[in-house]
Amino acid sequence: MSSREFILNQIRQSCQTEHSEAPTLPLFHQNSVDIIERFKQSLIAMGGQIIEADPQDPYKFVKERIAESKVICSVVPEIQGNRHLTETTEPKELQDIDYGILRASFGVAETGSICLTEQDLFINTLGYLPQHLIIFLDPKQIVENLHDAYARPEWKQIHYAALHSGPSATADIEGVLIRGAQGVRSLSVLLIE
Amino acid sequence: MSDLQQEVQPKGAKIKGNKPVNQLEAANRFIAASAHQQMHDQRLWDLRKKRDAQMHLIPEWEALRDLASDIKSHTLDHLADYLEEFERNAKANGVHVHWAKDAQESNDIITTILKERNAKSLVKSKSMLGEECMLRQHLEEEGITVIETDLGERIQQLDKEDPSHVVVPAVHKSRTDVSKVFVKTLNAEQGNNDVHYLAETQRETTRPYILNADAGMTGGNFLVAETGAVVVCTNEGNADLSANTPSLHIVTVGIEKMIPKMEHLAVFIRLLSRSALGSPITQYTSCFRGPRKGGEMHVVLVDNGRSTRLASQKFKAGLKCIRCGACMNTCPVFRRSGGLSYGSTYAGPIGLILSPTYNAHKYRNLPFASTLNGSCTNVCPVKINLHEQIFAWRETLADEKELSLSKRIIMTSLGKLFAHPKAYRMAVQTGDKVLSYLPHFIVYNQLNAWGRQRDIPQPPKETFHSWYAKNYMKKGKADE
Ligand code: SF4
Repeated sequence: MSSREFILNQIRQSCQTEHSEAPTLPLFHQNSVDIIERFKQSLIAMGGQIIEADPQDPYKFVKERIAESKVICSVVPEIQGNRHLTETTEPKELQDIDYGILRASFGVAETGSICLTEQDLFINTLGYLPQHLIIFLDPKQIVENLHDAYARPEWKQIHYAALHSGPSATADIEGVLIRGAQGVRSLSVLLIE
Repeated sequence: MSDLQQEVQPKGAKIKGNKPVNQLEAANRFIAASAHQQMHDQRLWDLRKKRDAQMHLIPEWEALRDLASDIKSHTLDHLADYLEEFERNAKANGVHVHWAKDAQESNDIITTILKERNAKSLVKSKSMLGEECMLRQHLEEEGITVIETDLGERIQQLDKEDPSHVVVPAVHKSRTDVSKVFVKTLNAEQGNNDVHYLAETQRETTRPYILNADAGMTGGNFLVAETGAVVVCTNEGNADLSANTPSLHIVTVGIEKMIPKMEHLAVFIRLLSRSALGSPITQYTSCFRGPRKGGEMHVVLVDNGRSTRLASQKFKAGLKCIRCGACMNTCPVFRRSGGLSYGSTYAGPIGLILSPTYNAHKYRNLPFASTLNGSCTNVCPVKINLHEQIFAWRETLADEKELSLSKRIIMTSLGKLFAHPKAYRMAVQTGDKVLSYLPHFIVYNQLNAWGRQRDIPQPPKETFHSWYAKNYMKKGKADE
């Protein structure tokens, strides 16, 4: 007997109880919340930053960061970087990037999270190897809470997707919080269609 | 009290083969290192307070706990079906699915995958199952270099110590303790115990390993049957780096991590980090359904005693655990004796009920390392009746000869006890047997977080010692 059969048999013998139904889930919406405001507050609480768009030029902040950095990798059409990714780029080649610039599929107000799928990332390590990330997010794509987030279709369409809630962080030494652990050191979100 | 940065770090329990672990002895050494003990107590209590603050922000908190508990119960009742559904969906996405009866088989499967691809180095994110199976030791014996990529776990690896806590593995160490380890192993500056410097040292020295590793390994917090997804929750970004940089990603995960659908995942993600660290969510909550572009992905589903534990309606509650660590953070014994004093992979309240299922002889003392104050049960996000199970294990271990687990499940007095919950509650409140474990001064003295505000004159240290001595030392001695 294979281990697979052995384990499944053992479980089936163990589970001779009456079979319960899976509970049905409410969505726990709070009708009063201002979703965009809540998103901003939650993101800041997780250590992320909100880029307030300059009325003259919404990309002003991004351009300033580009001007002061060496390697910029942008996978959004609005911004031109200086590192181009191709189908054959190896994931580890992204290690010297200062700023990664991408567009998230959606955001979650409850936790200030943004969802990056493998399509948004183009190469998955773009979410982790750069020193900093700038994320574009359409405010219409912000959902209220995690129940809405996991009802989104993306999870069934892709091989990889992650909710990023601020930059990487650790508090493993004496509880001292450090933003910028193994992944990015900062994550800034520009709300723009 | 001595200065934390001068005091030498107390080490964990002395493991003597299969002899019963003497938790008391290690706990006494931890308490004697008063500055470490106090730092540890404060840090964990701080996490507990942050958890409470998060809980108060969510009006539906209790409803979420009920749902989480019900979803887990339902899934465990149908576990075989959900495992098959998961396997079907994962395979359809191009994932290789493996099944391991026990730790040995799991380690062998992983070794074979690595050797067949000539992989010599593996970067790894935190996995309690890996610890349970002693995977790292096994791979190192096979000549494979294993690098832990989580900061706390890396500190522990370099110091040749086990993690002391499921979420914060080096919580028992001061910055100076960490600095000493890094000076010895990472060439860090002597005497520089700045926390930012230490974290940066680890980041910079780990990165080359991540970039050049032949394989990456992660655990899994959840498996989703509906989509064949492995869900990993981390803060440092190391799991996503380990999984996405090398071309080979291996997941090792216990079969009980299953949940039916993506919609159920929301309930657990809302509870997990709030319970663990008091943050609304981990920085990264990642969903792996298939190999990355040009890569290969393997999932090893590990049983290692879980399917046997399922046989007991009462015992199986432990299988709902999502390893948040909240029960440890709140436990007065854990906070004052340190995770390494338990000498087992799982420490604290959850460790007390899991460890004897792996080795009833070696861990027979552990269920006595509790005040039975019920605080663990109150914070558990999946509503495991921890303190009731701890009590029941005491009865079992005190009354019966050590039997094999399967016999124990059939013959145990647990079943009888839980069959009459009223009788049980009476026993806890008034029973003679229990009174000796649960003196009033323990429940309501300063040791007990719940009773912190009450003013009881006894100095906590003495109380703790005398309580231990009375109830636990006897047991420890009897086993020597
Ligand atoms: S037993 Fe409950 S509180 Fe303890 S680690 Fe498991 S889920 Fe968390």
